[in-house]
Amino acid sequence: MRNLIAIPVILLAVILQSSIVSNIAVLKGFADLPLVMLAAWALQDEVETAWHWAVAMGVLVGFVSGLSWFAPLMSYLLVVALAQLLQRRVWQAPLLAMFSITFLGTLGLSVFTLVELRFMVISLPVADVFGLLTLPGILLNMLLAIPVYAVMRDLARWVYPTLEVE
Amino acid sequence: MALALGGYFSSNSNVFTSSLITVQSWFSSRFVALQDFLTSPRDIASLRQRNSELEADVSELQAQVIQLQQEVRETQILAELLDFSRANTENAYRAAAVIGRDPSPFLQYVIINRGSNDGIQRGMPVVTNQGLVGRVDAVIADAARVQLITDPASNVNVHLQNAEVDASLVGSVTGDVTLDLIPQDVPLEEGDLVLTSGLGGGYPPDLIIGQVVNPRKRDFDLFQQATVQPVVDFNRLQIVLVIVNFKPVDFSPLIPLP
Repeated sequence: MRNLIAIPVILLAVILQSSIVSNIAVLKGFADLPLVMLAAWALQDEVETAWHWAVAMGVLVGFVSGLSWFAPLMSYLLVVALAQLLQRRVWQAPLLAMFSITFLGTLGLSVFTLVELRFMVISLPVADVFGLLTLPGILLNMLLAIPVYAVMRDLARWVYPTLEVE
Repeated sequence: MALALGGYFSSNSNVFTSSLITVQSWFSSRFVALQDFLTSPRDIASLRQRNSELEADVSELQAQVIQLQQEVRETQILAELLDFSRANTENAYRAAAVIGRDPSPFLQYVIINRGSNDGIQRGMPVVTNQGLVGRVDAVIADAARVQLITDPASNVNVHLQNAEVDASLVGSVTGDVTLDLIPQDVPLEEGDLVLTSGLGGGYPPDLIIGQVVNPRKRDFDLFQQATVQPVVDFNRLQIVLVIVNFKPVDFSPLIPLP
C-alpha cells in the first residue's frame, strides 16, 4: 500500500513541471522537477521502488510532452542507475551524490532528447542546445536539488518509518 | 452640630478634610496605578489579537484584489477575442485557456483545457486576436496539446504580402521563427507582413503571423532567409481560440512509400 504514494507524487511532479517550472526559464532552459525528485527519491536508503518511479515518470512525461517516452524514460532510468551506483560509494555525502546525479542526469536527458529528435529528422544545433537549454537547466536543477532532497527525505521517512539509531 | 454648621469649627474641619483628601488621593493614585498594571497586559493581548485579525482581513482583501485584477485581465482578453471572432465570421472558434507548457525545453508546445469533448480535433489551427499561434497536435477528452509555430519541428507555408511571394516559416530551438525558401530575385524588405498562404492545407489562408525584421541575402545561397517578429507573444499566452470548422488536408495517402 505504501507504494501507492508514487501516484500522487508523480502526478504532482508532472503537473508542477508543466504548469509552473516550465514557465521559469533562464535563457531558454528550465529545470526538470521530475528528474530532481526522482534523483532525490532514489538516493534514500529505505526506497526500493525507484525503478518503478522512473518508468512511471518517464511514461507520464512522454504522454504530456511532444517528445515520445524514449528520452524521458531513458534519462530517468539513467538517474536511478546512477543513484544506486553512487549511493554505495559516496553514502556519507548524500548531497554530493545528489548534485552529481542531477548534473549527469540533466546531461543525459539532453543527449537522449537530441538523439530522439535526430530520429524524428529534427536537427538542432548542438552548441545552441548546450548553451541555451542544457547549461541553464543544469543550473536550475542544482538550485532545486537541496530543497527537493530535503522534501523527498522527509517523504521517504514518512513512507518507510524505521527505528532511529542513537 | 449647630456650631459646626455655623462655621465655628471651620478651621479644624479644613485641616481634617484636607488630610483625608490627601490620604484618599494617595490611595486612589496607587489603586489606579495598580489597576493599570493589572489590566494593561490584557489590553495588549486583546489589541494583538485584534491586530492579527485585521492583518488577516487585509491579506484576504489583498488576495481578492489580485484575483479580481486577474479576472479583469482575463475579461479584457476575452473581450478582444470576442471582437476578433465577430470580425472574422467565416471561422468558428472555441476559446481555451493555456494551462501548461511542454515539460521539455527542447519543444515549444502548450496545453489547453479543451479537448475532444469540446469538438477539438488534431490539426485544427489555433490563433489569438493578434495572429497565428500554432495547431493542435494531440487531443484527449478534456485537453489538447498545441504545437506553436516557434517549435523546431513546425513548418508553415506563408505568403509575404508586399513581396507577393510564398515561403516557408520554420521554428527553432531558440524560439525564433525564420523564413526560408524565398527566391533570390525577390525584393525583401523589413516590415513586410507575413501571412499564412493556405498551401498544403495545414492552415487556413491569410492568418497574420508577423513581420520581416532581418532579411539575409547571400550570393552563394540558393534562397534568401529572414527572421520574423511574430505578432503573438508566446511567453504570455493565456487564452487562445481554436478554429473548429477547419479540416486540415491529409496528404499522407498521396505520398508514395519508399
